[in-house]
Amino acid sequence: MSTNSTTNATHEEEHGHEHVHDLRDDYGSKLGMWLFLFTELILFGGLFLLYMSYRFQYFPEFQLSAKSLKIWMGGLNTIILLTSSLTMVLSITALQRRKIKASIYWLITTIVFASGFLVVKFFEWSDKFSHGIFPGGEELALKSQGEKVFYGLYFTMTGLHGLHVIIGMIILGFILVFIVKGKVSPDRFALIENGGLYWHLVDLIWIFLFPLFYLLH
Amino acid sequence: MSDSTVNTNGDYVNFYQYKGKHSGILGWLLSVDHKRIGLLYLGSMVLFFLVGMTLGFFMRLEMWNPGQDVMGPQTYNALFTLHGIIMIFLVIIPGIPAGFGNFFLPIQIGAEDVSFPRLNLLSWYLYTIGGLLAVASLFLSGGPIDTGWTFYAPYSLRTGTEVIMPLMAAFILGFSSILTGVNFVTTVHRLRAPGMTFFKMPLFIWALYSTAWIQIIGTPIIGITILLVIVERLFGVGLFDPAMGGDPILFQHLFWIYSHPAVYIMILPAMGVVSEIIPTFSRKTIFGYGAIAVSSIAIAFVGTLVWGHHMFTSGMSDESRWVYSFLTFIVALPSGVKIFNWVATMYKGSIKAETPFLYVMAFIFLFSIGGLTGLVLGSLATDVHLHDTYFVVAHFHYVMFGGTIFIFFAALHYWFPKMFGKMYNTKIANIALAIMVVGFNMLYFTFFILGYLGMPRRYYDYLPEFQGMHQFATVGSWVLIAGILLMFTNLFLGLKNGKKAGNNPWGGMTLEWTVPSPPPLLNFKKIPTVKYGPYEYEHYDEVTKNVN
Amino acid sequence: MSYTDTNEGKIAHAHDPRYGINVMIWITLLSLTVITIAVAGLDLGNYTLLVAMFIAAIKSGFVINYFMHIRFEDLLFKLFIAGVIMVLLVVFVLTALDVFLR
Repeated sequence: MSTNSTTNATHEEEHGHEHVHDLRDDYGSKLGMWLFLFTELILFGGLFLLYMSYRFQYFPEFQLSAKSLKIWMGGLNTIILLTSSLTMVLSITALQRRKIKASIYWLITTIVFASGFLVVKFFEWSDKFSHGIFPGGEELALKSQGEKVFYGLYFTMTGLHGLHVIIGMIILGFILVFIVKGKVSPDRFALIENGGLYWHLVDLIWIFLFPLFYLLH
Repeated sequence: MSDSTVNTNGDYVNFYQYKGKHSGILGWLLSVDHKRIGLLYLGSMVLFFLVGMTLGFFMRLEMWNPGQDVMGPQTYNALFTLHGIIMIFLVIIPGIPAGFGNFFLPIQIGAEDVSFPRLNLLSWYLYTIGGLLAVASLFLSGGPIDTGWTFYAPYSLRTGTEVIMPLMAAFILGFSSILTGVNFVTTVHRLRAPGMTFFKMPLFIWALYSTAWIQIIGTPIIGITILLVIVERLFGVGLFDPAMGGDPILFQHLFWIYSHPAVYIMILPAMGVVSEIIPTFSRKTIFGYGAIAVSSIAIAFVGTLVWGHHMFTSGMSDESRWVYSFLTFIVALPSGVKIFNWVATMYKGSIKAETPFLYVMAFIFLFSIGGLTGLVLGSLATDVHLHDTYFVVAHFHYVMFGGTIFIFFAALHYWFPKMFGKMYNTKIANIALAIMVVGFNMLYFTFFILGYLGMPRRYYDYLPEFQGMHQFATVGSWVLIAGILLMFTNLFLGLKNGKKAGNNPWGGMTLEWTVPSPPPLLNFKKIPTVKYGPYEYEHYDEVTKNVN
Repeated sequence: MSYTDTNEGKIAHAHDPRYGINVMIWITLLSLTVITIAVAGLDLGNYTLLVAMFIAAIKSGFVINYFMHIRFEDLLFKLFIAGVIMVLLVVFVLTALDVFLR
């Protein structure tokens, strides 16, 4: 592309040629990422609002149902997610300290932990399913309305959270590829930082989900 | 690319002539230029508006006689649902921010583009996909959705019509809206030209900024509500289903937590446009700049707290009913601040009553009626009487149509010369406006009376004593449509063979009037340094000295 | 932040990234998890929910401030987060006004 016209010549040169709009702004992209995280937070906020209302309405049933969830499974998942958050931070730190290999290893560890979380979740859900406790399940149909609502919330909220874990894994997977290719590097790490932010948000939501469903009985 | 050096328009290449990687239609569909994306939005919206208008036309036709005229009740239910979904989610909500905001936000703050141009293009694609899904859902096996645009549970859980697909459409449209919001907030914080502090920004930008925040904070709530209804229908979770312990009133809470602030997503940008047009045509600095700017934020904030006034008759607790009613009245304060400041701006100004200004006058008249009847509906006692009648329909058509859409038209006429470099026939534009105002009041003012007399909304049938008024309103709808068609035809002719417009035909002072029409690809030859507020007409000559 | 025509001020530089502090935060978070599980075993009546939410809030404080780096960001980010949390809280209170008093 020869310069657009004399009047735009200075701009064109500054911005490179193909992507005239591609001005790098790490601060701006972090700001944008946070704004997006707010929307995720409020998305879950709507569900927490339902939880609050129904817990008030069906207090005894909620206490009763919470007993049937296995604390050790939820606790194990809490530890897994917290640890994966740590390895995520370590991966970013390693990259910033120009230890690319270590960064890649920590990122892989994070993704492995994430799949570990899903495996535990899978066993937890299948256990409930095998007992006929799932939306439309025959066992759940016999329970009181408050218990139905509890399990409805449980499956919706942990399900949506699980979906976010999967999305997070995909994002981290892409970032892994970018690091290997050198697109994310010690001098250009905004993307991995933003991916990390997303991952911590997933952790953050679980920090609230865990006590609300497993501990309050 | 030697083509881009060709200068056909004096000494610069405008963004239409600029040749990027792609040309022809792909040059539009793959362009990340905010101006092209803005025009893509505007084009799609005008299209959807005409579709929604046609649906409304047929609804009015059905009301000519009591009983069945041209369609059965099921078709009528589908029509008012789709009219609502299309007009609200596809026209009014994205209308001014995504269309004019995309085009003018970067120019007005002295930037070359928004912060995330590719995300911007993605938003338009999401918007288009959402729109196509909504239209496609008409042809699915279940038949078109008949829940009304509010999707109230438990009916939306039970109806046999196709609900999931239009809901998916609304979800995707919400995503598009969120991405636009994220983009605008970041752009305003990051890309203002040197010297442009927050309190030197044009008021349109303030309005867009506040709107973007509501988009970010409000839209996810409708997202989760929609997802829940979909999950309910697919798996029977029972969260809104009273038969399974769910509480349908909570659906209404979640729905209005978004949808009431969404009303301000619709009206705030329109108010921003008004704050641009009035000082330009009064040739006077705006009265109470700071108050207008801050009132946008105040409306955005208080507006998120008043959703309960849609639910006075739903069986909420008494305490919350009067609290919401009280909070509702508080929103009238920042809105009143704006109206009074606009009027004060005109006082002793040298007013040029040109077309955009006349549209704004129509807006102030219609919106005031809409706003005042809003107080009738906001007070608890009267609302119980008028809830779900034509009075409500009239009220929100006065604020949404008389407010937002009239300003959408005003913005079209105001920025038309800047966007296309050509001028339409102003005389015909004024005549079209007069026809529209007459038709509008025939149609919707009659609704106030009908509603007051007890005509419920969303019925395809009515008692015979209402026939005269219904027929009068239907005639009004024809007048209104005639005015709208005349206006669009006039603009289209202006686009095809209008006279060349100058760079600053109205004598505006904001930055878009200091660049050529149509603007060049990167908007500015050199990023400007801002010294004065946006409407300080005492510095007019200095600010615009390089124009033309 | 205003626009500058160069990329100055727009490219992030890591300031002294460390492993140690993050490991410490991780240990704290794990301890808090143990505490919240242990407390849940006690019967605190109506306070169970409050205590659990209080501990969860502390945990998220650590995650947001250190893992998500907010402690080291501009005031702008902190204001935004505070604003969003406030709006969420108000929405919760207004909904509770209906649900709890119905």
